[in-house]
Amino acid sequence: MTEKNLSKLEKLINSQLSSKVKHSHIENNELMIEIDEKNLIEIVQFLKTNDNCKFRQLIDIAGVDYPDEDRRFNLIYLFLSHQNNNRIKLLIKFKSDQTINSLTKIFPSANWMEREVFDMYGIKFKNHPDLRRILTDYGFKGHPLRKDFPITGFNEVRYSEKEKRVIYEPVKLEQNYRNFDFESPWEGTNYFKEIKNLEKDGKKN
Amino acid sequence: MVKKTKSLNLNFGPQHPAAHGVLRLILELDGEVVEKADPHIGLLHRGTEKLIEQKTYTQALPYFDRLDYVAPMNQEHAFALAAEKLLNIEVPIRAKYIRVIFCEIGRILSHILNVTTQALDVGALTPSLWGFEERETLMTFYERASGSRLHANYFRTGGVHQDIPLKLVDDIEKFCKSFPKIIDDLESLLTDNRIFKQRNVEIGIVSKKEALDHSFSGVMLRGSGIPWDLRRSQPYEIYKDLDFKIPVGKNGDCYDRYLCRIEEMRESVKIILQCIEKLPKGPIKSIDGKISPPKRDDLKQSMEALIHHFKLFTEGYRVPKGDVYTAVEAPKGEFGVYLISDGSNKPYRCKIRAPGFSHLQAMDYLIRGHMLADVPAVLGSLDIVFGEVDR
Repeated sequence: MTEKNLSKLEKLINSQLSSKVKHSHIENNELMIEIDEKNLIEIVQFLKTNDNCKFRQLIDIAGVDYPDEDRRFNLIYLFLSHQNNNRIKLLIKFKSDQTINSLTKIFPSANWMEREVFDMYGIKFKNHPDLRRILTDYGFKGHPLRKDFPITGFNEVRYSEKEKRVIYEPVKLEQNYRNFDFESPWEGTNYFKEIKNLEKDGKKN
Repeated sequence: MVKKTKSLNLNFGPQHPAAHGVLRLILELDGEVVEKADPHIGLLHRGTEKLIEQKTYTQALPYFDRLDYVAPMNQEHAFALAAEKLLNIEVPIRAKYIRVIFCEIGRILSHILNVTTQALDVGALTPSLWGFEERETLMTFYERASGSRLHANYFRTGGVHQDIPLKLVDDIEKFCKSFPKIIDDLESLLTDNRIFKQRNVEIGIVSKKEALDHSFSGVMLRGSGIPWDLRRSQPYEIYKDLDFKIPVGKNGDCYDRYLCRIEEMRESVKIILQCIEKLPKGPIKSIDGKISPPKRDDLKQSMEALIHHFKLFTEGYRVPKGDVYTAVEAPKGEFGVYLISDGSNKPYRCKIRAPGFSHLQAMDYLIRGHMLADVPAVLGSLDIVFGEVDR
């Protein structure tokens, strides 16, 4: 997996798929290719079958959430080629209401990976055979890995002596969740800053 | 006369000794033949990835012990490597050797557990009793190096936490001399055992193509005859200077995977012995004061060390913007960490690639058409640990 092989691969992909590759770069000795989500199936098929690529294994699908950006979600597909001893990363960016084509037809292992992305981010996949939640509880609401999902969650469970069963309740915290912002230790914690800002705004009005 | 048959739904788990954790497997049975298997996972989901996003890089490391808790340091390794790649720092050579020693100890820990409990699932009790004694010895090695038997929290970005005690090396060497005998004993109980063979040979066969399509890695891949080991093909640390073999199976059934694991334990012992022989002297973590904390003595003498110490344990260190994927050959397969940094002191996103996740996913494909009694045998040979599957 030398730098030279990677740049050769980059050139090959850029020439074969010219218009479909939006952007490609090699960083930290890893090749990343950004494509349009419409061309996903076609390009994955190409990567899997082309003699010089032979990315026969889908390693993982990683979702990323950038709540401030227009195209909020990123999906990164990681592939591995055993024959050429290469790895490649495929990046797609899209808006929150878009559905993405499922890779289950090409890689059966994409099934659970896409279910996980759906569970964690709420990204929907077209033509997925069984798009259910996978890691969270039965009847769970919300998508935990989105940046706007609070780390404490919304519901907690406990055994109720009265009802003789496990019950769900809204989270009650004995004290505020304290997230210290150590990047600027002298300005205090985040919630303290918020209170300060509120006071400032109040004075202005 | 045509007899009407009705398929039976069976709940296997979540509390079942052969489920190796909290797996709820919903089986559709026609008589004793499995028609469909639907694993329900997530009963041990702790939101590791979400928690890591809230922690500094040093604080995020212990979460990796809790993934595959059978071989904790192998997981830490993947994260440490990812952070090091982003920071672009060099690890001292002694630290590399210590890391490899403990990763191979982790591999033996994991394989002992898997081989013996899989034997337990198919009816052999003795191997687990013999094997667990050895695991106990290995875990005391963990304890002597890191202070805890299980959740070591020993690796750091840029090296390891502390140097190992002097006598520990001798004791590990002593263990390595005596352990092959134990493997022989285990083999004498299982390898030619008629019952063990009847339960494992030609059960859960995986073809080469299917192994690739289902994203198998580690022993699941090698058992099917694909010679692929990240330690050899994409070597990290000092693996390329070490002499070891990669056992490969032929038929891709449960029995071949068992044989692969036994052989891998022998190879791990060889690797540890080589490391002990070559173990160089020197620092055990990066000397960059912005990344690794200063020595206790310096703290009392040097103002700079004190400042570094304070900054490291409050703010942590900042990692340059970028994304990396690093993978290590964990005992169960390719364990990877995909890390995105936004330039702050906390990871923006940390995706954990657990080998068990893809292996368990193939359960339906593996078990379809097999008998109900084969379910524990196949599940055992997949080497599932729920800490990493559910994350």
